Amino acid sequence: MSKKERIEQAEHAKTKKAALGEDVEIEKYTTGTKNYDALNSLDEFPEEYKQNLLDAGIEPSGKERSGSFLQRDRSVVFSKVKYKGLELMSTTDAMAKYDWLEDYLWKAIPVDMDKYTAEVELAQSHGYFIKSEAGSKVTMPVQACLFITSDKVRQNVHNIIIAEENSELHIITGCSVYHAVNSALHLGISEFYVKKGAKITFTMIHNWGGGIEVRPRSAMVIEDDGVFISNFILMTPVKTLQMYPTAYCVGRNARATFQSIVYAHGDTKIDLGSRAQLQGEGSRAEIISRVIATDNAKVVARGDVIGEAANVKGHIECRGLMLSDNAEVDSIPELKATLKELDLSHEAAVGKIAEEEIQYLMARGLSEEEATSVIIRGFLNVNITGLPDALAKETKKMFDMSLEKVM
Amino acid sequence: MLEIKDLTVEVEGKEIIKDLNLNIERGAVHVLFGPNGCGKTTLLMTILGFPNYKVKKGSITFKGVDITDLPTNERVKLGMGMSFQHPPEIRGVKLGDMVNIARGRKEEKIDENVIELGKRVNISLDFLNRDVNLGFSGGEVKRSEILQMLAQSPEFVLLDEPDSGVDVENIELIGDIINELMDRNKMPSKRGRAGLIITHLGFILRYINADRAHVMLNGRIACTGMLDEVTKHVMEEGFERCVELCGEKGVCGE
Repeated sequence: MSKKERIEQAEHAKTKKAALGEDVEIEKYTTGTKNYDALNSLDEFPEEYKQNLLDAGIEPSGKERSGSFLQRDRSVVFSKVKYKGLELMSTTDAMAKYDWLEDYLWKAIPVDMDKYTAEVELAQSHGYFIKSEAGSKVTMPVQACLFITSDKVRQNVHNIIIAEENSELHIITGCSVYHAVNSALHLGISEFYVKKGAKITFTMIHNWGGGIEVRPRSAMVIEDDGVFISNFILMTPVKTLQMYPTAYCVGRNARATFQSIVYAHGDTKIDLGSRAQLQGEGSRAEIISRVIATDNAKVVARGDVIGEAANVKGHIECRGLMLSDNAEVDSIPELKATLKELDLSHEAAVGKIAEEEIQYLMARGLSEEEATSVIIRGFLNVNITGLPDALAKETKKMFDMSLEKVM
Repeated sequence: MLEIKDLTVEVEGKEIIKDLNLNIERGAVHVLFGPNGCGKTTLLMTILGFPNYKVKKGSITFKGVDITDLPTNERVKLGMGMSFQHPPEIRGVKLGDMVNIARGRKEEKIDENVIELGKRVNISLDFLNRDVNLGFSGGEVKRSEILQMLAQSPEFVLLDEPDSGVDVENIELIGDIINELMDRNKMPSKRGRAGLIITHLGFILRYINADRAHVMLNGRIACTGMLDEVTKHVMEEGFERCVELCGEKGVCGE
């Protein structure tokens, strides 16, 4: 598809409402924000913002990271990779550098999917490009942060992530907002390409505020024996968030795992799903979500596995925990099978904290509050598998930190 | 150590225990027999202060403190502990975490101390890493409960059916640990701990030496006596006949 065609399609979809989620008035947010100069090191980033980076799992020192990318509002202010075998730059730079990148653009996600994809095509503000070379296995994660510091900003990023054959790529991505920002819009397109025998792990922490609207659009194309693992953590309030990342397991034995941990509070409205389309023989998917809803939060937790090839296997596990009578959780697991040689299953449960669990813990000496906190922590404690040890520990730490803040 | 006076307890509006009296001295171990539904577990839950068990009348005194209205965790702080018959599953909370909680350490890792304690009841590190009670077999539940008691080391132990579902290899082991938990391995004059054991079948009594036994019927203690006497009557004649034999005073073998 030529650039002209892409723009035409986007123009057609400019007013096309998304299938799910509240409709966002994109025009309320501005593209006319200040540009920021590039930094020589992440350390130069203003002190007042550093906590927001930390809260989103971003290490300002760049220690224990194979590369770092930081975008502030609509400007890329830092992008540097430390390890061989990895490439990291803004998507804009990557597009200018590599003609072949055209072949990856809007291949996993249709440009005219809805008004948000159209908006990113028509008024893109960078995003990141990450690529691991064939055979390279860097277990240390790349960190990428999309940060909002100005009120009313419209951040339209397009990320492209490619793991070449037999490579391994680990990414920590943090989306964060400065606490003085009252309202903003984040639109993020992320297209992942997992080639034969490659593996991508993607650990994403969303650290929004109560005035932020968020519409990510993500999809993964996974080839033979490829592995994609997503860990999503959201513990801060957000005005509205709707996303439904989709993994296309096109190759034989391709594997996709989505784990989402959500603590929804305040007036948060979230519509969060994960979908796997099992098109390659023997491909597998697992979708796990843990949702806690309190205050006036409203959460729709979706899961969808579509089995279209022989010997595929898929499982959805959605668990919700209600802590308030004003909160709402809709758990919607869906399975679709189009042939007989496959195995798809789901389990969904929504409930409150069981009295007898609290009493059991109190019988071991905890107060009621302590017992409740242990149960909540346990509920959200999904065993993250598939990450290198150091990254697994780091993720656990981020999870504990995020939880600490809300409890 | 534990003194229960004229205790009447309601559960969901239904009277389960009526005018019950029981005294357990420091250093003593008592056994509670009785048919299903006679109120044994209700009594234990009430001693521990679970909110569904409403004390309508009477009092419970522990170590000289009136605990009738104290919350469970305050009673635990005073030195009580309980091994449950049917403990709940808690997702994401490992048995090892429970052991740390029972030791009074909330945020600790599953360290050498926990692993050593586990070994004493044939509980491996893998087992310590399982979510507590989730998919545990009957025998595993009992070992897990006893492990938590070892970790908590209470002065007064309530054991609800510690032997049901336990396999032959482990019952003696559990018996040994219960003896240790209740200071039964010490000279009578050195015993500082006490306990109350519910047992339906009495298997565990081959391994534990207790002092006194009671038969509970319809929410009351119907008869009381030395352990051997009561056990003999109960096993040979059944609960009701035992009570009949004891006569109006409710004293066995005298």
